[in-house]
Amino acid sequence: MSEPVSFYKGRVAKGDVTVTDAGLQGMITLRGDLSNAKVKAAVKKVAKVAVPAQRKAEVTDGRGAAWMSPDELLILVPYAEAEAAAADLSAALAGQHHLAVNVSDARAYIRVEGQGAREVLAKNAPVDLSPAAFAAKDFRRTRMGQAAAALWLDDTGAFHVVCFRSVGDYLFDLLAQSAKDGPVGVF
Amino acid sequence: MLTLTCPCCGVSGEETEFHAGGEAHLKRYGPGSSDNDFEGYLFMRENPKGVHFERWRHVYGCGKWFLAARCTATLEVFGTYPAQTTEPPQDIKDKITAKRPGWSWRDFA
Ligand SMILES: [Zn+2]
Repeated sequence: MSEPVSFYKGRVAKGDVTVTDAGLQGMITLRGDLSNAKVKAAVKKVAKVAVPAQRKAEVTDGRGAAWMSPDELLILVPYAEAEAAAADLSAALAGQHHLAVNVSDARAYIRVEGQGAREVLAKNAPVDLSPAAFAAKDFRRTRMGQAAAALWLDDTGAFHVVCFRSVGDYLFDLLAQSAKDGPVGVF
Repeated sequence: MLTLTCPCCGVSGEETEFHAGGEAHLKRYGPGSSDNDFEGYLFMRENPKGVHFERWRHVYGCGKWFLAARCTATLEVFGTYPAQTTEPPQDIKDKITAKRPGWSWRDFA
């Protein structure tokens, strides 16, 4: 067996705002009717949270769910559990129109934290990330620089950023450079 | 710069987060249709100065298609609405009428 490694292999850009490899994270794309009782129950069983509200993320210690679109959730579980969790979701939703796929290795996962993290991100995305507009548990899919990305804010003030592995280097470098240049003092 | 509100996920974003998908409310003419209808479906498009209806996709966001009513001259967006409609909803038409009395676009007014 090969040993699983995260896309960034522990990469860190230290500074007032630190950009870090967020490590191996199990991620499952779940598509289906999010208002359906069986879907709700399956999400609760695997992610240990209720189906999040529109544009919200309910994530604790690498387990939870995020609202991707009206018919799609991003389910987070520990990396080693992802394959089994996707199978559990599929089993629970057998006979029902749905899709549950382990996409853990298709993604790159970054954490951005420190005073000014909001601005380091906001410089690269057409999103209002001011404290008034974007709070803990808010989740947003958008563009950062030239690449698609999703981000959410946790209770500790750290941002979590997910992107496709194929643009992982680009996004890390973009955020690291943005962090190096520092905040701009708007928020 | 257009500011569009995606009716599928509620995000108000600027246009670089979206992708334009051409004219809205096209009626498809396929096999068995007349040459004229098929030509119209394939090639004939409105090119108004003023009120216009378009398809947009929230490509960097929720990924969904939706429709938008806007003014091509001022970039004002009158409203956005679900793609699963064959004509603009009445509240959108009312908003346009309030701002552009006497407007018309194809069969709508
Ligand atoms: Zn959207």
